[in-house]
Amino acid sequence: MRTVYLDNNATTQIAPEVREAMLPFLTDLWGNPSSMHTFGGQVKKYIETAREQVAALIGAADPQEITFTSCGSESNNLAIRGGAEAMDKPPHIITSKVEHAAVSGPCHYLEDRGFRLTKLDVDELGRLDLDTLQRDLRAGRNLTSLMWANNETGVVFPVGLIGEMVHEAGGVFHTDAVQAVGKIPMKISELPVDMLSLSGHKIHAPKGVAAIYIRRGTKVKPLVLGGHQERGRRAGTENVPYIVGLGVACNLAAKHLEEESTRVKAMRDRLEAGILESCPGSRVNGDTKGRLPNTTNISFDYIEGEAIILMLDDRGICASTGSACASGSLEPSHVLRAMNVAGVSVHGSIRFSLSTYNTDEDVDAVLTELPKIVKRLRELSPFVS
Amino acid sequence: MWDYTEKVNDHFMHPRNVGNIKNPDGVGEVGSLACGDALKLMFKLDKDGRIKEAKFQTFGCASAIASSSALTEMIIGKTLEEAERITNKDIAAYLGGLPKQKVHCSVMGREALEAAIYNHRTGKRWDKELEGEVVCHCFGVTDKELERVVRENDIQTLEGLTDATKAGGGCGNCLPDLQKIIDRVHAEQAAASGEPEERPMTNLQKIHLIEDVIDREIRPALRQDGGDLELIDVDGNTVKVRFRGACSGCIISEITLKDVVEARLKENVSEDITVEEVK
Repeated sequence: MRTVYLDNNATTQIAPEVREAMLPFLTDLWGNPSSMHTFGGQVKKYIETAREQVAALIGAADPQEITFTSCGSESNNLAIRGGAEAMDKPPHIITSKVEHAAVSGPCHYLEDRGFRLTKLDVDELGRLDLDTLQRDLRAGRNLTSLMWANNETGVVFPVGLIGEMVHEAGGVFHTDAVQAVGKIPMKISELPVDMLSLSGHKIHAPKGVAAIYIRRGTKVKPLVLGGHQERGRRAGTENVPYIVGLGVACNLAAKHLEEESTRVKAMRDRLEAGILESCPGSRVNGDTKGRLPNTTNISFDYIEGEAIILMLDDRGICASTGSACASGSLEPSHVLRAMNVAGVSVHGSIRFSLSTYNTDEDVDAVLTELPKIVKRLRELSPFVS
Repeated sequence: MWDYTEKVNDHFMHPRNVGNIKNPDGVGEVGSLACGDALKLMFKLDKDGRIKEAKFQTFGCASAIASSSALTEMIIGKTLEEAERITNKDIAAYLGGLPKQKVHCSVMGREALEAAIYNHRTGKRWDKELEGEVVCHCFGVTDKELERVVRENDIQTLEGLTDATKAGGGCGNCLPDLQKIIDRVHAEQAAASGEPEERPMTNLQKIHLIEDVIDREIRPALRQDGGDLELIDVDGNTVKVRFRGACSGCIISEITLKDVVEARLKENVSEDITVEEVK
C-alpha cells in the first residue's frame, strides 16, 4: 500500500540532497572542528557554510546571529529561559494560549520561579488579541514569546506588528517560527524580532538539529555550559553531519519557497474545498485569510478524531488530530479550546499538512477515502440519526 | 500511537451489532459530546428473559467503539442477572486488554449496560446523578461510580482513577476529593479483609504465631550478628524472651528488644504486644 504522507507539520521526509550532503561527514570527514590539526579543523568551514545558508533562508544580516541547537524545543528554551535570566530584572513573561508545549513549558517553568506570566487569548479564528497585548505590555519590562505560525491550524500571527509593540514597551521579542520557516518568505533583519527558533526536521533535514537566531546585541544566558562552541552560546562538540544537513535543507527551502505559495497551496486548497464539499458537517478551524500555505485543520461534527485517523491510517493516509483520545490527555487540543471551537466538533478535528513532496494523487486519495470514513463513523454515532 | 490489541483493532474496524432496535426492552445512554465519548446501548429479551439482540451506537475513539462492540457480543444470550455481573475489567479482558489511558472506554461500556438494565426495570431513563453526587464536574462522574471503579479495578493511584473514569482529567479541582474516595475504599477493604484476623486468637494460636514470627523474621536477623533469642513465656500480651549468644550482654540489646523484636511482633501478631527481657 502506498503511503500518503500529509503530516508535514509533525515531521518531514529527509530530502535526498540533504542525505547526500551529510554522508561525507558520516564517513571520511569525522574530525572535531575545534581541533588544531588540518584533519579536524577542515570541517569547521562546512559549519560556517551551513550557518550562512540558515541566515540566508530567514534573511539574517549576519550569519553569526545563528546558533545551532539540537531541536526546536532547545531553541525555545534557550530564548525564553536564557533570555529571561539574562535580563537585569525578572521580566514579565508574555505568551499566548495557543503556543507549542516547547514554549509554554519554559514559560511555566519561569512562572514557578516567581516570574509573572500572562497568556494572551485568541479569537474564534485563532487570531491574537492585540489590544490585550498592548495593555499587558504596559505592565513593565517584558520578554514576549509568540509563535509565527500555529502548528495545528497554520494561523499566522503578525510578528512585525507585535515586535514593534514589544520594542516600544522596551521588551525583548522571541518568535517560535518552527512552522513558518521555509513555508513563508521572511527577512528577519528588517523585522523587530530579537530571537527566532527554527527546526531542521520540519524542513526536510533529519531530527536532531535546529537553530536559533539571536539578533546582535540581544543577551542570552546559555543553557548548556562548557566549551566555547557557538561563541559560548551553546557548549558541546558540534553535530557536524546534521548541521551540514540543516544548511542544505535551508538552501532547498529557499528554492522551494515560491512553490510553497503556489503548487503546495493549490493542493491544500483543492484538498480543503474537496473535503468541505464531500463531507457534510465539516468546517475549517482557523483564519483562512491568514494561514500557512500547507496546512488545513478541519472538524467533522459528531465524530471523533482518533477514529478518523486510524481509519485513514488503515488506508495508508497519515494525518493528525487534536482529539483528546489520541493524546491520552482527556482534554482536546488546547489550541482549539482557546479558539472556543464548538463542542460538537472540537473532538473531531483533523490536520492535513502538506509539503513539496506531495502530489495531486495524494489529494485524490484523501478525497476518495475520507468521505467514506466520515459516513461510516457517522453511522456509528448516536448523535446522528 | 496506541498499542491496541488485534482484537481491539478488529472490533474497531469491523464493529458488531451497530445500529438501533425497534421497541427495545432497555436503552442506556451514557457520555456526552462534550466529554468526547458517548454510547447508546439497546437490547431486546427473548421469552425466557435472555438478551436475544443487542445494538449500539458510539461516538468516540477506536477503543470506545471496540469496547461497545465487545459488550454487545458479551451480553447476547445472557439473562439480565448474568449480564449485570459483567465489569469493565471483563470488557477489557475480552478485548485482550486496553492501554491504561483507555480503561475509561470499558467503564463507559459497563455504565451503559447498567443504564439499559435500569431502564428495562423501571421504565425510567437512568440518571447517574440520582445514583450519587457528582465529584468531577468536568466529566460528570459521581462518587458512587468512582467508588465502584476503585473497588472493581483495584485502583491504587489518582492517575489510575483518571485513566479509568476521566475524573480529574479536566480542571483538576476534584483531585483531593478523588484521593479521599480512593482512601475511603481502601480503608473499607482493609477493614473487611481484616475482620477474620480481628477475631481473638486462642492463646495457643498466639504462641504458635509468635514462635513462627521469631523463627522467620527475628532470629535470622539476630544470627547475622552472632546472637539469638529464646521464647520463655507468653502471658496475655506480654512476651518474655531471653537473649542468647552475642545478644546477651550486648549494650544495645534494649534497643534490639524494642526496635526489632517488639516491632516485628506488633506488626505480625498484635499491636498490643509488649516484650520483656528475662535476664
